[in-house]
Amino acid sequence: MAKRTKPVVDRRDFLKGAAAGAAALAAVPASIAAEPAEHKRVVPPPMSAEAEVEVPSVASVLTADRTGSDFMVDVLKSLGFEYVCANPGSSFRGIHESIINYGGNKNPEFITCCHEESSVAMAHGYYKMEGKPIAVLAHGTVGVQHASMAIYNAYCDRVPVYVILGNIIDATMRVPGVEWFHSVQDAAAMVRDYTKWDDLPISLEHFAESAVRAYKIAMTPPTMPVVLVADGELQEDAISPDLKIHIPKLNAEKPPVGDAGSVAEMARLLVAAENPVLIADRTARTPAGLTCMVELAEALQCSVVDQTGRMNFPTRHPLNQSDRARAAIADADVILGLDAADFYGVTHTYRDQIDRGARPGTKANAKLLTISSDDLFIKANYQDFQRYSEVDLAIAADSEATLPLLIEAVKRITTDDRKRAFQDRGARLKAAHMQTLERSRDAAAFAWDASPISTARLCMELWDQIQNEDWSLVGATTFVSRWPQRLWNFNKHYQYNGNAGGYGVGYNLPAATGAALANRKYNRLTVNIQCDGDLMYAPGVLWTAAHHKIPILHIMHNNRAYHQEVMQVQIMADRHSRGITNCGTGTAITGPDISYAKLAESMGVYGEGPISDPKDLGPAIKRAVEVVKRGEPALVDVVTQPR
Amino acid sequence: MRWAKHRAEANKIRPRDLHASLMSGAHGFAGLLLLIFAALLLGLPVARARQSSDAAPNGNAENGKKLLRADGCYECHGLLGQGAAQTGAARIGPPQLSFDGFQSYVRSPKNQMPPYSSKALPDQDLADIYAYLKSIPMPPKGKDIPLLNK
Repeated sequence: MAKRTKPVVDRRDFLKGAAAGAAALAAVPASIAAEPAEHKRVVPPPMSAEAEVEVPSVASVLTADRTGSDFMVDVLKSLGFEYVCANPGSSFRGIHESIINYGGNKNPEFITCCHEESSVAMAHGYYKMEGKPIAVLAHGTVGVQHASMAIYNAYCDRVPVYVILGNIIDATMRVPGVEWFHSVQDAAAMVRDYTKWDDLPISLEHFAESAVRAYKIAMTPPTMPVVLVADGELQEDAISPDLKIHIPKLNAEKPPVGDAGSVAEMARLLVAAENPVLIADRTARTPAGLTCMVELAEALQCSVVDQTGRMNFPTRHPLNQSDRARAAIADADVILGLDAADFYGVTHTYRDQIDRGARPGTKANAKLLTISSDDLFIKANYQDFQRYSEVDLAIAADSEATLPLLIEAVKRITTDDRKRAFQDRGARLKAAHMQTLERSRDAAAFAWDASPISTARLCMELWDQIQNEDWSLVGATTFVSRWPQRLWNFNKHYQYNGNAGGYGVGYNLPAATGAALANRKYNRLTVNIQCDGDLMYAPGVLWTAAHHKIPILHIMHNNRAYHQEVMQVQIMADRHSRGITNCGTGTAITGPDISYAKLAESMGVYGEGPISDPKDLGPAIKRAVEVVKRGEPALVDVVTQPR
Repeated sequence: MRWAKHRAEANKIRPRDLHASLMSGAHGFAGLLLLIFAALLLGLPVARARQSSDAAPNGNAENGKKLLRADGCYECHGLLGQGAAQTGAARIGPPQLSFDGFQSYVRSPKNQMPPYSSKALPDQDLADIYAYLKSIPMPPKGKDIPLLNK
């Protein structure tokens, strides 16, 4: 990289101590300001006693009214970031200070995180609730290494997390020691396989342009994480107070929409079908997506199977057939996947035995259709793209943006005869939906009074306390057998926000906290059903919630094990006929049992539990809800059945 | 480790009647021969050493409760055999299959369930588990639990 011309003095010139003529140096390009050999000596480490007693040259410039990081904050403000999540790090100290002082710590406000994985996961959860990203700051080395798993989750979940990494590119500007350990040639390299775009700007104008470009790329479906590297020198070099650098306008990009011909053909197939099924997953990026899903389903009076990557469809809508998905798909003659993360998996059955065969779960002549923005962007290394699906019509586009056209096309060609057939179908589906709901209630009754507490009882005790509030359930429900979707009444987009995407454990607690941060200004009651193993990855985010007064209710699903892995080891032991006596080794979270209530209390979060008698659960949740309604976080530890 | 503890406890109270001791463990084959021999001596048809094919053999429900945990059934099916949608595990408490169907499925499952051979889970243990599952009462219908209808 070409040596930069420094308009004013560099901060590290101070550390050169006796470097003569530093003021003069400021006026000339750094590349030609050679330091006299006789003045070269060991530089004391910064923030040390030796450095503090050093007498700097009288000519050294020690302050600057404005630096590059101030301008960077101007850029961040122009993009409308509400928050920036970070664990503090010296490689971005310039931006940090500019945010809290120059920027007034507002838009963005600095959210203190205890781990970079938490920073990214908070941004992940926030986006799915608010529909826009927040920024994350991290070291370009040790920070992004911590953050990488959470970035992978966001990538797999198609969530635009905006990551800014601090780094010092110019080796001659690094202070010996830590700054070398915290510098890297290519900071974004280690996450490039699972981010959409990155850049290393070498001027402030470059920074502005790349920052706006990164935002646009991240937010254009398929939405994904992006990385921007903020060079330390660029952050900290002084700039003239009058310096005018243009910040480009953010282009109002429209998401990619399916072509009219393909959409018309898709509509024809759906209208002609006897049993069409819509598979929704990462479909409703925004509330508009949920509205469109209902409109399309009602226009066709067809089955909807919601895989709950987002809040796509009301759970008590009579066309919701999610809890009889296999049956609905097996009966279907046309199946449409809408940004389905694993369309092959939905349309096939799979057996995890020694013979790991898959077979179709559909009729032989069923037509398979997809609308997916994944067809527009794919990378090779990580295999999140799933097995190749043989489909009859694949539209490479964003499904939410394409739905209005598809609805219009369906309505245009639906004849009165078809409408009558649709009404009959709708009546059958309504009956099937009600039968499924009844079966779910009956299933929930088993082990109703058990101790440890059943996951069904846990979910319904929670529902009892929140159903009359403006609630928002954040975090995955997979590990409680999806009882909320089976028994609660979801009908608003913000009432659920999907799962991790990449199944990386450690997502749920910080992502739920990020979602709660988004919900705070709307006064929603945010609740999270929290697995014990996930919490233990980075529990420090409990402190973040207390510190920043983020109201959220965590209900622990504390089954005292990495339970999925208990079962995986058990499968192996059974396959080898060795018995499962030892399967708790390496998977159990016992001996000692963890007191999550005390853990929460130690970080300033209201805690109750452990609760193992179901009769005690409702009152405990009620007390915790009152705490959350006062604007504080709370946690109720519930000892539960495995699933 | 709790699994090991439950297995040890279950072993302590295993019913040691003639049938159980002969049919389970390392002496199973020799025991089977002895049982046939004894049956012949008594002039009884061998089939009568066990109950009819659709009925469960004698099982010890108390021991079965411990084995349900010790043998890991509860991991997917729950401590009361309530089943779980997440694991795909069917409700088995109380069982929906006859003992023969239950045993057949456990030995040779059709879907995701791991196979439990008689080496890992002897027939008598399976009978004990079945007896425990049979002892679990049916709960009220969902419509009769107010909290499930909100």
